[in-house]
Amino acid sequence: MAEHDPAMLAIRDLDVHFPLQSGQVVRAVDKLSLTLWAGETVGLVGESGSGKTTVGKTALRLVRPSGGTIEIAGMDVNAVSDKDMKKLRQKAQIIFQDPHSSLNPRMTIRRAVSEGLILNTSLRGRALRERVSETLISVGLPSQFHNRYPHELSGGQKQRVCIARALVLDPDLLVLDEPTSALDVSVQAQILGILKDLRRDRPSLTQLFISHNLAVIRFLCERVAVMYLGRIVEEGPVSEVFEDPRHPYTRALLSAVPVPEARARPDRVRLQGDIPSPTDVPQGCAFHTRCPIARKGLCDTTLPPLRRPNKGRMTLCHFVEEPAEMSGS
Amino acid sequence: MAEPLLNIRDFSLVFDTFDGTYRAISNVSLSLEPGEALGLVGETGCGKSVLTRAAFGLVPSPPARITGGSVQLQGRELLGLSDRALRQVRGREVAMIFQDPTTYLNPVFRIGTQLIDAIRAQSGGRIGKLEAKSIALDMLEKVHLPNPDRQFRAYPHELSGGMRQRVLIAMALAAKPRLLIADEPTTALDVTIQAQILDLMAELVSDLGITLVMISHDLGVVAQVCSRVAVMYAGTIVEDAPLARVFDAPAHPYTQGLLDALPHPLRAQDHLASIPGTLPDLLAPPQGCLFAPRCPHRAQVCAAPVPMRPIAESHHVACTLYDEVRKKELAHG
Repeated sequence: MAEHDPAMLAIRDLDVHFPLQSGQVVRAVDKLSLTLWAGETVGLVGESGSGKTTVGKTALRLVRPSGGTIEIAGMDVNAVSDKDMKKLRQKAQIIFQDPHSSLNPRMTIRRAVSEGLILNTSLRGRALRERVSETLISVGLPSQFHNRYPHELSGGQKQRVCIARALVLDPDLLVLDEPTSALDVSVQAQILGILKDLRRDRPSLTQLFISHNLAVIRFLCERVAVMYLGRIVEEGPVSEVFEDPRHPYTRALLSAVPVPEARARPDRVRLQGDIPSPTDVPQGCAFHTRCPIARKGLCDTTLPPLRRPNKGRMTLCHFVEEPAEMSGS
Repeated sequence: MAEPLLNIRDFSLVFDTFDGTYRAISNVSLSLEPGEALGLVGETGCGKSVLTRAAFGLVPSPPARITGGSVQLQGRELLGLSDRALRQVRGREVAMIFQDPTTYLNPVFRIGTQLIDAIRAQSGGRIGKLEAKSIALDMLEKVHLPNPDRQFRAYPHELSGGMRQRVLIAMALAAKPRLLIADEPTTALDVTIQAQILDLMAELVSDLGITLVMISHDLGVVAQVCSRVAVMYAGTIVEDAPLARVFDAPAHPYTQGLLDALPHPLRAQDHLASIPGTLPDLLAPPQGCLFAPRCPHRAQVCAAPVPMRPIAESHHVACTLYDEVRKKELAHG
């Protein structure tokens, strides 16, 4: 994508802090910036508590930020009127992890998919029915399913309904929050196939794909951002980040992924301990408590500067050098 | 060859439901040598958890009904044992850990108290409190729980998921069981924590000589710990092979389908093959091979019963067409 394309989603210096009754503050997202250009599929990866889901929800104003701005197609989602927000919501859809709890058990799937159109468009009657049928068929649900209720469908089929419900409004931005985590491998492959086809069939659709599963991100996304305790620690094209991770956390994460192969992996990096609580984010670099290369007096006191080791890449680490210093590489 | 530690023969189990008889497990045979680490792999509903639980009397009957077969632990038949006798087998000879460590710890008692109680119960009361405490601390050390002395006094909610799973592994291993059954032990954990627990499991197998059955839906997870893999589909074992063979020469079309459906974290892929169709209805299962309706190679002969047969050393597959398909594949280069 060219740099002059409009940003579909622009997140700048986003803070999302949740005060607790105890007086502590959960710093779910901390000074996070991320831009999605029109037509891009970007993966947001991190472990539980990293804040990735909060970013997705805040992007669609399902959570209000404590600071920073979020713009969808140039409109500040936290400043627009409710009327404009309604229009915006048509164009920005979300799919959640558990399709079962995202569907009303008392609505047929045809009704569930129709609802958005009834609320937001003037389509009625036959035109409405046709549009809904087309969309359901396009995600692999033939017409015999259209009058069924969610409990009559399998998990994979329910997730197809959720995808159809999001696509029927012809969105420009789609946030997917762990859409395949509740599914079996063979069903996951079907859903991933549908999502990958979207990139071909709807080239202008921008997707933010949130997942803890690196393999799924690798398969689906063009660009990836790795989150740790509320911040993006590394960002870049998927192939580059996966083949040449620069941040020690990304390295550890990649080497921790169980690879379906019978050979031992040479690149093992094992992290000690657990992720610190987001109520008590470590000073300096948040990762220094588990980092194998952390240096005392630097990493535990000073937040690393944002470095750009290559074009399109970004890391948040004291020990990643800028290209000028990397002579000959 | 040593006597198998666990020997399951032609085991079948049904659930009696209002809709009819649900054939959860059909004619499963599986044997395990001492010191082996077996991965039992399959998707939701394939019967992997029911099999290992039913073998040790953990599936209530009714609704479950064992319709045939035998389960022998070191030559001793377990089916038909009294509840009391089975309780002694569990805990002392066979220990289990499960997916969600939180559910298996009592939230209102300290970790130490629960460990001591478990160890004393496992011993049938022969071990005193003090001795139990020293065994418990020793076990916490063995599972690399950081600051075992401090965690001993902690409540479950004060521990992270990974630490809780370590506590449960310590509890399971305290009685020095011959067999450890780990049912999706890392599914609820984050990737970096999962890696730590898998390292620990591999260490238990190689250093302590634990015999392990690890149940997982994830072939990648199994590959980190196990040396042998049994693949289950719709209540049957379709393939049983050494780890490397499963990945390098998968013989059953279902195993091949599972591998092709798996996204690879370290490789760019344009396309994932998915397995068409859905699981058969086990209230009215098809005749013969249960995978046939979804199989790309299916033929008339697949309606006949499919026994497991050897195709290489320690490699068995339940597929009638194996030779034919293999020949075709070789002919196509």
